[in-house]
Amino acid sequence: MLAKRIIPCLDVRNGKVVKGVNFEGIQDVGDPVACAAEYNRQGADELVFYDITASHEGRGVILDVVRRTAQQVFVPLTVGGGISTIEDFRETLRAGADKVSINSSAVKNPKLIAEAADIFGSQCVVVGVDAKRNGLGGYTVYVNGGRIDMHLDLIQWVKQVEQLGAGEICLNSIDADGTKAGFDIEMLNAVCDAVKIPVIASGGCGCLSDFSDVFAQTGATAALAASLFHFKELTVQQVKTHLKQQGIAVR
Amino acid sequence: MIAVIDYGAGNIFSVENALRYLGQEHVLTDDPDTIRRADAIILPGVGAFPSAMQMLHAHGLTELLQQQAKEKPFLGICLGMQMLFEKSFEFEPCAGLGLLPGTVERIPDHGLVIPHMGWNKLDCKLDCPMLQGLPEEAYVYFVHSYQAMCPDSVIAASCAYGSTIPALVYDGAYVFGAQFHPEKSGEVGLQMLKNFAALA
Repeated sequence: MLAKRIIPCLDVRNGKVVKGVNFEGIQDVGDPVACAAEYNRQGADELVFYDITASHEGRGVILDVVRRTAQQVFVPLTVGGGISTIEDFRETLRAGADKVSINSSAVKNPKLIAEAADIFGSQCVVVGVDAKRNGLGGYTVYVNGGRIDMHLDLIQWVKQVEQLGAGEICLNSIDADGTKAGFDIEMLNAVCDAVKIPVIASGGCGCLSDFSDVFAQTGATAALAASLFHFKELTVQQVKTHLKQQGIAVR
Repeated sequence: MIAVIDYGAGNIFSVENALRYLGQEHVLTDDPDTIRRADAIILPGVGAFPSAMQMLHAHGLTELLQQQAKEKPFLGICLGMQMLFEKSFEFEPCAGLGLLPGTVERIPDHGLVIPHMGWNKLDCKLDCPMLQGLPEEAYVYFVHSYQAMCPDSVIAASCAYGSTIPALVYDGAYVFGAQFHPEKSGEVGLQMLKNFAALA
């Protein structure tokens, strides 16, 4: 039985872990390599490094952090933020990342998904999608950390992402992000119904039952959280123990 | 010393990181003499079957590996495991190394998410040196859309995903294949790599 994955996300700027609430008001905390090792000890199924400034300040990815983490943490590592070319993919994978996550650059240049999947394999192409309710019963895709409305329908986009060869979709609900009111079940169901590739739920979790709810009520195969774990409100272990009690398979 | 075959289609960095962490002497190589001198061989692999086989051919390694697998411990990982079989149907029929009986086919569609991606539990079937010392509930990390179709006699461990997927295959002598990524499977994976290295 495939276990549901719990994925802590480390938002990194200048080699330090940060976490923005609703992408604003960033507070500096922690060494990313040490955090990654700690999450690994807690039983994290994968780790995501997200270079939070890269997409709008043109910073490169934190290859050294990835390199040092990959030498001591043996679970899949994903790196995102500021990746916009095949060369970025290549050097990120060479640094020890197993997957590369693209978001704004995929919307602006969808061919990048197909090219990367073709060269490096679908398994390493994660497409991050930030979306928001459009007030008309649907959802619209945003880029650059949720700041720019692309006037692109979410469902149309995720189908295109799958068709281009992405291996996974990480769906972040801008409406839910930072609210701690739970994952966006409705949006996740709309996306899980539209694609066959794995969907990672992101944004909105605030307590243990949010994790069991998302797995019981949607087809998401993984759940991602940043501040909840980073500020030690919950540990990965606590989440997994809770899921196990609810009869949900975890590692 | 373990030779990790560097033929352009492998996730060699993470395999190398894991071996280094274990303090296991190893070398990334496509050099026939180095491969002959090695005590054991690891064949990693990601991507598509036909192009990976082509790259092995282009490096002139196909026959050498077929012969070496009869003389020393040989571990194929992920696509490297699939390449141990006779034939694959990924994109087009393509001959593999033929070290184990069976074929490689698309994971049957049971309405499940494809690829089979994530941590799945090993069901141990055969006594196999790579399975020594594992916890009762051993989860390992998979990511693949194709799987081996092979006789039970070579399935050391399997996992359930709609139907049964061969996870660890073993010919009872030198040839091992892991459909999962031991180098990305936490403590369990490291233990299995350590078990393999101990055979060298």
